[in-house]
Amino acid sequence: MSEQYLLEMKGIYKSFPGVKALQNVGLQLKAGEVHALLGENGAGKSTLIKVLGGIYHAEEGEIYIDGQKVTIDGVVAAREAGISIVHQELVLVPYMTVAENIFLGREPGNKMNINRKQMTEDAQKLMDTYEMNIDADTLVEHLTIAQQQMVEIVKAISFNSKILVMDEPTSSISDKEVGFLFETMRALTKRGVGIIYISHKMSELEEICDRVTVMRDGETVGTKVVKETTKDELIALMVGRELTNYYTRDYLEPGEVVLRCEHISDKKMAKDASFELHRGEIIGFAGLVGAGRSETMKAVFGLAPNMSGEVYVDGQKVQIKSPVDALKYGIALVPESRKEEGLYKVQSVRFNSTIEVLSQFIRNLSVNAKKEEEITQKYIDMMGTKTPSQEQIIGNLSGGNQQKVMIGRWLATSPKILILDEPTRGVDVGAKAEIYAIMNELVKQGMSIIMISSELPEIINMSDRIYVMNEGRVTGCLNHEDVTQEKIMQLAAK
Amino acid sequence: MAARFKNGVVRYFKDNIGIIIALLVMCLFLVVFPTTRTTFLTPKNVFNILRQNASNLFLATGMTMVIILGGIELSVGSVIALSGVVAAGCVINFGLPEIVGFLAAIGVGALVGMFNGFVICKTDIPPFIVTLASMNITKGIALVLTGGSPIRCMTDAFKFPGAGYVGPVPTPVILMIIVFIIAAFMINRTQLGRHIYAVGGNAQAARFSGINVQKVKFIVYTYTGIMSGIAGVVVASRLYSGQPTAGDGAEMDAIAAVVVGGTSMSGGSGRLGGTLIGVLIIGVLNNGLNLLGVDSNWQYIVKGLVILLAVYVDFIRNKKAGR
Repeated sequence: MSEQYLLEMKGIYKSFPGVKALQNVGLQLKAGEVHALLGENGAGKSTLIKVLGGIYHAEEGEIYIDGQKVTIDGVVAAREAGISIVHQELVLVPYMTVAENIFLGREPGNKMNINRKQMTEDAQKLMDTYEMNIDADTLVEHLTIAQQQMVEIVKAISFNSKILVMDEPTSSISDKEVGFLFETMRALTKRGVGIIYISHKMSELEEICDRVTVMRDGETVGTKVVKETTKDELIALMVGRELTNYYTRDYLEPGEVVLRCEHISDKKMAKDASFELHRGEIIGFAGLVGAGRSETMKAVFGLAPNMSGEVYVDGQKVQIKSPVDALKYGIALVPESRKEEGLYKVQSVRFNSTIEVLSQFIRNLSVNAKKEEEITQKYIDMMGTKTPSQEQIIGNLSGGNQQKVMIGRWLATSPKILILDEPTRGVDVGAKAEIYAIMNELVKQGMSIIMISSELPEIINMSDRIYVMNEGRVTGCLNHEDVTQEKIMQLAAK
Repeated sequence: MAARFKNGVVRYFKDNIGIIIALLVMCLFLVVFPTTRTTFLTPKNVFNILRQNASNLFLATGMTMVIILGGIELSVGSVIALSGVVAAGCVINFGLPEIVGFLAAIGVGALVGMFNGFVICKTDIPPFIVTLASMNITKGIALVLTGGSPIRCMTDAFKFPGAGYVGPVPTPVILMIIVFIIAAFMINRTQLGRHIYAVGGNAQAARFSGINVQKVKFIVYTYTGIMSGIAGVVVASRLYSGQPTAGDGAEMDAIAAVVVGGTSMSGGSGRLGGTLIGVLIIGVLNNGLNLLGVDSNWQYIVKGLVILLAVYVDFIRNKKAGR
């Protein structure tokens, strides 16, 4: 062995009934590096991490830590081997304090009498070490998502781990907080910790990662040094083919104004937003998390009880008091949070595809099953959704395919105006490119799209015009010809 | 049309095969077992089972919708008591015609259902607590009205819904069929039915879908109240009296039938067809244990174990099917 790795996984095999999830997977992590793990949804990243964390047991394969062969047969064994995982979904107990969460299951003091004072002090010391401005005595439910993420990370580090795995830690936090997270990561790597970093955001790779391993269909397809590779090369590795056009956009001459909104407010997050949308246009809404973009759109869509402001559709002033009204005027909204606001998880693809358009096939106590299937199939084909059947439970599909069903559901209402709130969040690269192509196709056919997104490259490359919001107000509008990331960020902080 | 009907039947057996087998095994055992061989499979006993379980089916159709909605309804048993008392009271104490008594009883059920629905929609109090409260209130009213003693009512018209016959078939069996068909249409063939699944599956998403979540909940709880009122009429009629202690624990039998029938307590999924089999399993089980002469105290223990087993088997089967 020429070089000693901190962690080496060799020839890992793992299968589930009917699926070979991991085949001959290998991964080498050096001490003090941030090692990205890239791959589309379903490529096997999570499975590999769960093998490392002792949640799954590999059928074959060996794991070495500091050159010593180790057996990881459970979560405790993984922890003892110095491995900590920050999962994508937060697993903190909301009704406990930060300190209680960090020391959950290993509280200082004896079994019958926990030394709360010492626990809180120790936790505070940890928070201060990493310069986190969080009081260890706060209840977790009062923290922002980003702060909770930080607590998760501190908790993971507090086990004195040598190996830290982070599964999409930045998917729900703002840019400022991302910067802070990266600083913490750099501080850790200086102390010799090796970090495995999973993310869908290519831009983050260059900023924080040293090397990257790409997985596809349960196999490792290559490990590269980040500085010596390109984004295109990595994407090609991930999807197995060259993606010639990542962003598809043919700019057309926009038509007449189809939607004009003035002084939209929901008396909470949205304060005073005015904007207009032309036929055949995609307008982007950029801003920091919490800028009130989603809330503004929800107000327009009739989901804010205390909404004020004026909405004009095709020049006519309209009153939208509920989503039913919005649909009547041809406005559809694909919500930001698929899981909480969109999916009927235990129901089939068909149920999920047709819930908006029941009146087209359920009438007079009879269900036209053929029509129902036709509608479902039409949007499966249009969106290119990959599903074994219409009866498939939607919770079993990948994030990208779930998102395609969601967009299809709203397209079935034949909207004139489509509002997409973070349309590609948690969606893999291949499916992202497909969604962009569909958006381009829709506007060509005369639809108008409003896209809220926190991914600047997506906003910049897909929008005709970009509205930037800050603290519930529109702070500016930029044309696609002269937009830059810097201009957006200036307006976002204005 | 014929092909669609055939598909429907095949689908029904496929969906419910586990519990259908369980039901058949129970029946087969009772048919061959020496002490029950001559008594179980007689027309009289079969009608008896159906008659005794008609009220449970009424409750269970409502309970299925409530549970798909992600809720629970504990007051149905108490409504049986109160509505039975009201029906008999109208006839005996006020000299009103039986039909008025029956309608008043159903009205009382509807009122309790509307109360539950209203409180659940307008506050964030969980359905378990709201209906636990209305269960106590309703039961209390029945006891206060009667002073704890039953109101006997022996007229032929009063006996008709629970103890009467239409031709050779007991009236409750006819009612059972009608109620089941209405409920099946509601769940499977209306937009409301889909909305119930949507609200139970993800209430927040249902709001985005433009579904009036509160209205759906209100309708379902009111429907369940009405069904409990009808159950109260049938029970009172069968007992020739309005009894303030009738329907004790009926809510648990209804919940048991629903979960044995394969409806998930976490909401969003479930099948009314399964509930029908669930009601029959609970009914045959009670009847079989009686015929076998099992001590009534032991019957509870057996029933509990059977429920656990049935749900466990279904759980395993679904897990294998990846649902």
